[in-house]
Amino acid sequence: MNQAIKRVWIALTMMFVICLAGLSYIQFFSSEKLAENSLNKRQLFREFDLPRGAILVDGKPIAESVPTDDGQFTYQRRYNDPQQYAHLTGYYSLANGSTHLESELNDWLTGSSSDLVFDRLTAMFTGQTAEGASVELTIDGELQKQAYEMIPDDLEATIVVTDPKTGDILAMASKPSYDPNDLAVHSTSAAAENMKELTSVSGLSPYVNPAIDTPIWPGSTFKILNVVAALESGEYDRTTELQNPNSLDVGSGPPLTNFSAGICDRRPTATLDFIFTQSCNTPFGAMLLDLGEKPFSDVAERFGFGQQLEIPLSVRPSTFPENRTKDQFARAVIGQDDTKATPLEMNMVAMAIANDGVIMQPNLVKKVVAPDLRVIEEPKPKAFSTATTPEIANEVADMMAGPVASGTAMNARVPGVDLRAKTGTAQTGREDANGTALFNSWMTGFAPGDDPQVAITIAIHDVPYNTGHNTAGSLMKKMTEAVFNK
Amino acid sequence: MSELHTAPVPRRNLELVLLLLALSVGAAAFFLVGSSSDSDDTKDFFVQTGVLAGLALLLHIMLRIFAKYADPVILPITVALNALGLAMIHRIDLAKTTSQSMRQLLWTAIAVIIAAIVLWAIRDHRVLRRFTYIALLASIILLLLPMIPGFGVTINGARIWVRLGAFSMQPGELAKITLSIFFAGYLSSNRDLILMAGRKIGPLQLPRRRDMAPMVVAWILSIGVLVVQRDLGSSILFFGLFIVMIYVATARISWVLIGLLMVAAGGVFAATTMSHVTRRVDVWLNAFDPEIYQARGGSMQIVEGLFGMADGGLFGTGLGEGSPYRVPLANSDMIIASFGEELGLIGLTAIILLYMLLISRGLRAALGSRDTFGKLLAAGLSFTLGLQCIVIIGGVTRLIPLTGLATPFMAAGGSSLLANWIIISLLLMISHNSRRPMTGGVGPTDEIATPGATTPKAVKNV
Repeated sequence: MNQAIKRVWIALTMMFVICLAGLSYIQFFSSEKLAENSLNKRQLFREFDLPRGAILVDGKPIAESVPTDDGQFTYQRRYNDPQQYAHLTGYYSLANGSTHLESELNDWLTGSSSDLVFDRLTAMFTGQTAEGASVELTIDGELQKQAYEMIPDDLEATIVVTDPKTGDILAMASKPSYDPNDLAVHSTSAAAENMKELTSVSGLSPYVNPAIDTPIWPGSTFKILNVVAALESGEYDRTTELQNPNSLDVGSGPPLTNFSAGICDRRPTATLDFIFTQSCNTPFGAMLLDLGEKPFSDVAERFGFGQQLEIPLSVRPSTFPENRTKDQFARAVIGQDDTKATPLEMNMVAMAIANDGVIMQPNLVKKVVAPDLRVIEEPKPKAFSTATTPEIANEVADMMAGPVASGTAMNARVPGVDLRAKTGTAQTGREDANGTALFNSWMTGFAPGDDPQVAITIAIHDVPYNTGHNTAGSLMKKMTEAVFNK
Repeated sequence: MSELHTAPVPRRNLELVLLLLALSVGAAAFFLVGSSSDSDDTKDFFVQTGVLAGLALLLHIMLRIFAKYADPVILPITVALNALGLAMIHRIDLAKTTSQSMRQLLWTAIAVIIAAIVLWAIRDHRVLRRFTYIALLASIILLLLPMIPGFGVTINGARIWVRLGAFSMQPGELAKITLSIFFAGYLSSNRDLILMAGRKIGPLQLPRRRDMAPMVVAWILSIGVLVVQRDLGSSILFFGLFIVMIYVATARISWVLIGLLMVAAGGVFAATTMSHVTRRVDVWLNAFDPEIYQARGGSMQIVEGLFGMADGGLFGTGLGEGSPYRVPLANSDMIIASFGEELGLIGLTAIILLYMLLISRGLRAALGSRDTFGKLLAAGLSFTLGLQCIVIIGGVTRLIPLTGLATPFMAAGGSSLLANWIIISLLLMISHNSRRPMTGGVGPTDEIATPGATTPKAVKNV
């Protein structure tokens, strides 16, 4: 019997040892793996009990942590002017994770960035709670407000305003927008319900900032690149006379035609200046077919197409297709086919022309400020890409006066401001409920011409031609007025 | 029949020293928990420390009077575990603004006082042998109580509770004691018959059917618990108790194999046909599947427990500094995970070593016991304690499916506390009887040294 009791002891001991091995595995060998498991919200919970740094515009918080007594956590994230900034800040939530700047700047905001190591150590020894750093944006609060408010509520549209000399993003607003406070509520069920309601809105996703995440057909704004390629080749100048047929045979596909709403058909031959000002398609198609694919895709790449970019939000690269047939290429170069650009990308095109051919890296972060108000990071302006030579940039800049003076962008003219711009109207192939064809309407440009202060881009999704053309023009006009206080 | 002899020395002073050590561990834990909360209220600390010290000293004095040769290590370990449990329950209370720890303290007092009464009233465990069949009847009644409509309550899917006014209890917890008494009494009386009589098939000695009938009743009972009351944990416990006691009585490994086969068959049957068991197995195997994590009654509890323990790491966050309250049932089923988080692997290992030591002392009492009944009872009770720990720790660490067994002495819950304290009282009693000096004409050669030795029944058994 004693033998049996001893064996029972051995069996129990062995089982205990196995349990200890299991515990060692969990608490020691795989503890990091468990900590990184996507279901593990403990880090998040810890963050929610700490004051998170604010996101500031003009020194005022647009996202801040305020003490709450909801019993669950010590702090609640609050967004001020929420709709204006929703696509920039994103949200910081328990139920839906975090997005956009709240996600991108997380290390700063929580104070876990390595630059804040010293602050964390101090906090540990003084017994205070470690606070996150605050991030001041380059956004101009007044411009952002006006940009957001001027977009008609029934349109899907984006306005981007930047400083071409520094790359600072001054305004980046889109409609439709939403209230991030709805998603940042601590109640996971309320957050889930709000999320459901929000994603049912057409053209709206809290995961997508249309200015940088949604490349669409840029249409004729892309012709700025055509002109650069033509001038770089040395075979063309502004006065070169080009054939301007109403229809151009481009091989296998349907012929390329000039847009019926314009005045292109008045001239069978026209100068480069004229076809740019009036945005005629056929001479551009013919010219680029002559120049060939390689020189043009080089230009596109230099202007930022296909390039990775962090502002520090990650920008979805715009695309210019390769290995196209003749007819596809002829359409791709006028901003159709598989040519897709984000509003920021087209704005970078304007920035390049405005800044002697150099694109300054677009940037949203002005500075990062530690809890003790020490500036721990202040990004310096830096060049993102040299798109073309200063000479060519200046020549194109001059050409861009044409559309405003006497062409497709006349409706954006602001008395007393030397605005340079190019319009774009891209066929989408889609129709509204009444069978009216829908277009993407664009306008991109900069002002003033002699010493550019801002580059402005308007992009409108899926509108009938007239609405799009008129709205893009009036938005460009209002935005220019807002910048120059006219 | 043999027993290990130790010199009959009462070790009560050693016990007192160890007890003071255990109480200081408890006081330190209460202090840490209290000081990490915002309130400056020191009342809780003094109430907890005071009540626990009083209870421990009460039992210590009882032992000095009624069982002075009892094992000196058992009581201090139990007090330490109980104190740690109280501290953690209080810690979770502070985080969740509940008041479970006062209830637990009250139950500790009730349990210790009843354990003291058991010690005083029974004094010699051999008395219990007279109640072999009454113990079986009691077990059946205890297990059936929750099935009475209007009396029994279903909590978390298991119908193992009875409610009397504001009081709720798990009578099944006490059934593990009565079942142990029954097995010990029955097997000590009938082991020879079970071993010798009956047909022999190959290497297997099959017992006569009527000799096995009560055992089969007990076995059916434990199956019934699983099927009717949907309590997987208790069912495993009863199965284990049944197998181990037969093994200790007969020393035949073939019986263990048969028992394990029955468990395996029952387990496979349950896992494939009974929805609540199937779900548990599914939750166990696919714990990290987000869907199962989010499902009602899914793996959220165990996964959160794992995250908590991983957070604690080697050294733990420190008592009161982690967030064990994020885990559902952090003060009862998952209290091991709470300790893992706040005391770390090192602290939890210390706790587990305490359990191992406690169970070793229980089995040591079984080895030393001078009568078969005492051996079987001590072995059965110690094993029950051990198996409870293993099933719950294995469940929390995801080595086996998680079941709702209580971690002895630590988990919030009065019934379990009461039952386990009674077990401790019985183990102390048995260890006292195995270590006290021989008296009268009872010598090492006396096979049966029970009070019933002169009864005709006992004589027949010889």
